[in-house]
Amino acid sequence: MTTDRVRLLADMYRIRRMEETCAELYGLQKIRGFLHLYIGEEACAVGAVHALTDDDNILATYREHGHALMRGVPMNSIMAEMYGKASGCSRGRGGSMHLFDSSRRFYGGTAIVGSGLPQAVGLALADTMLARPGITVCFFGDGAVAEGAFHESLNLASLWRLPVLFVIENNLYAMGTALSRAQAQTDLASKAAGYAMTSSAADGMDVEAVHAAVSEAAAAVRAGRRPHLLELHTYRFRAHSMFDAELYRDRAEVDEWKKRDPIATYAARLVADGVLDKAGVDGLDRAARDEVTGAVEFAEATPWEPVADLLTDVHTPRGM
Amino acid sequence: MRITYRDAMRLAIRDALLADPRVLLMGEDVGLYGGSYAVSKGLLDEFGPERIRDTPLSELGFVGAGVGAAIGGLRPIVEIMTCNFSLLALDQIVNSAALLRHMSGGQFSVPIVIRMATGAGRQLAAQHSHSLENWYAHVPGLRVLTPATVADARAMLAPALADPDPVVIVEHAALYNTEADVPEGLTCDIERAAVRRPGSAVSLVTYGGSLPKVLAAADVLAAEGIEAEVLDLRVLRPLDVASVATSLRRTHRVVVVDEGWKTGSLAGEVLARIAEECLFDLDAPPRRVCSAEVPIPYAKHLEDAALPQVEGVVAAVHQVIA
Repeated sequence: MTTDRVRLLADMYRIRRMEETCAELYGLQKIRGFLHLYIGEEACAVGAVHALTDDDNILATYREHGHALMRGVPMNSIMAEMYGKASGCSRGRGGSMHLFDSSRRFYGGTAIVGSGLPQAVGLALADTMLARPGITVCFFGDGAVAEGAFHESLNLASLWRLPVLFVIENNLYAMGTALSRAQAQTDLASKAAGYAMTSSAADGMDVEAVHAAVSEAAAAVRAGRRPHLLELHTYRFRAHSMFDAELYRDRAEVDEWKKRDPIATYAARLVADGVLDKAGVDGLDRAARDEVTGAVEFAEATPWEPVADLLTDVHTPRGM
Repeated sequence: MRITYRDAMRLAIRDALLADPRVLLMGEDVGLYGGSYAVSKGLLDEFGPERIRDTPLSELGFVGAGVGAAIGGLRPIVEIMTCNFSLLALDQIVNSAALLRHMSGGQFSVPIVIRMATGAGRQLAAQHSHSLENWYAHVPGLRVLTPATVADARAMLAPALADPDPVVIVEHAALYNTEADVPEGLTCDIERAAVRRPGSAVSLVTYGGSLPKVLAAADVLAAEGIEAEVLDLRVLRPLDVASVATSLRRTHRVVVVDEGWKTGSLAGEVLARIAEECLFDLDAPPRRVCSAEVPIPYAKHLEDAALPQVEGVVAAVHQVIA
């Protein structure tokens, strides 16, 4: 394990504490609109993004707070975006579902399920034709597998031999629809075979397993300039969004998955391995909480964009 | 040089490919087949399969790939066989290409050009004949161009590719065989409508495949002593309302001719703008000549009856002048 194990745990805490605070701020009506929390799935983004390079492109979904933070988007600008402030990473035009950062090759933040996949194919085409070294990593949920865009994109990427790593974060529910109620074939990694593409699967609740799986898959994509489909088995602890009464799943099922909490289990493992003691774990948690406090202060303090600027950024200003 | 509209598009694409290594053409049968309307014939041999890229029948996938390629630094020209088929890609055009710049707070421009054929008149029935360009003209973030002349077909692509934002070019299929002499070094202003025939008695406002019919109607009217001004909108978004108003202030009468259905049509938008900008310059109620509110039928006589025709335009002018 070359990546710093402490860093992996620290980053999972950062996502968890940031999102817990977002949920509180939602209750206070500081954050509005849709808010889709990643709580329970943190090992996926943390393990995956730590296995990538700065040259790689990343696309994610409307449940992308963790991916953005892992990509290096400052928590301050993520939180400001949640508030709708001009200091946000999308200048307040996107909100929770549309975090972007061009300087970090973070391409959002899309709320049309499956719409990132064809764009990932195009980004990989651009890298290939412009002889750039990066690969494109596209995160999406099990729900997207039912979209035509999934099948068209896997076919195109394989047909054109493009370096795309497709990552399914399979949390077993497309909003309220269980995987088995939406897919005739619930082994999602197996779908790659129909497109002559390699695939693999990993435990998305285990950050080291994710890191290893993404490292291996990314290396193959990078070396072979061929796509790969990786399925991560994970689970969302919270509701789909803040408007979800969770009528579609049993409390007992949620509780069972919570025993596999990626943060608690990994903290225990690092303590057991002697990498950290209890105080060390608490220190990571406290640092995450402090960072969140600072981010909220930043978001509160920065100004609103003037309404006079409403029509900016619909088109690119001439001369750019 | 005398060339067809089809030749003009091909020459424009060829120029773009020669001028900028980031430009590529992709779409169904653009390569080996030569393009479903033979626009790209010969380009595969000259530029190779990387830049003249045949796609599977995956409109959503390859238009989305075009969006990604544009964000990634290429300058893709994506051809969709017909406007009807473009509905399979509507999500990527409307929900991504048009929105990404704004939604990202100005971080990502999407310099893609999407070409599609539109329109009826060739007995291709309801799923190959509709004029849905107005749907794209509704969406902020897009520019919508409708080259109606051979010269515009020759000259519109370069400024469209130079536009850092997504451009939809809608080519009426009935125009591909039209011919004209086109000088070298032609340029095109993709902000402005163009007066195709000056006149003082009535303004005939149109675009795309209806232009030849409207010019023919103007000839008929001229024989009757009615000098109609023909204004080709050329750009459906952003609409050049100023040129429409200027023409109206000269003629005080207007007929809008649009092959789309009347309900929710571009013609309706033009009349609404006229009402807002210069209603009191009108000496008579305006008229619209649009397609009948029916899916375009196969049978020739019914198809003809469904579409704007020269006689209908002439009759509408008689109504506003009477």
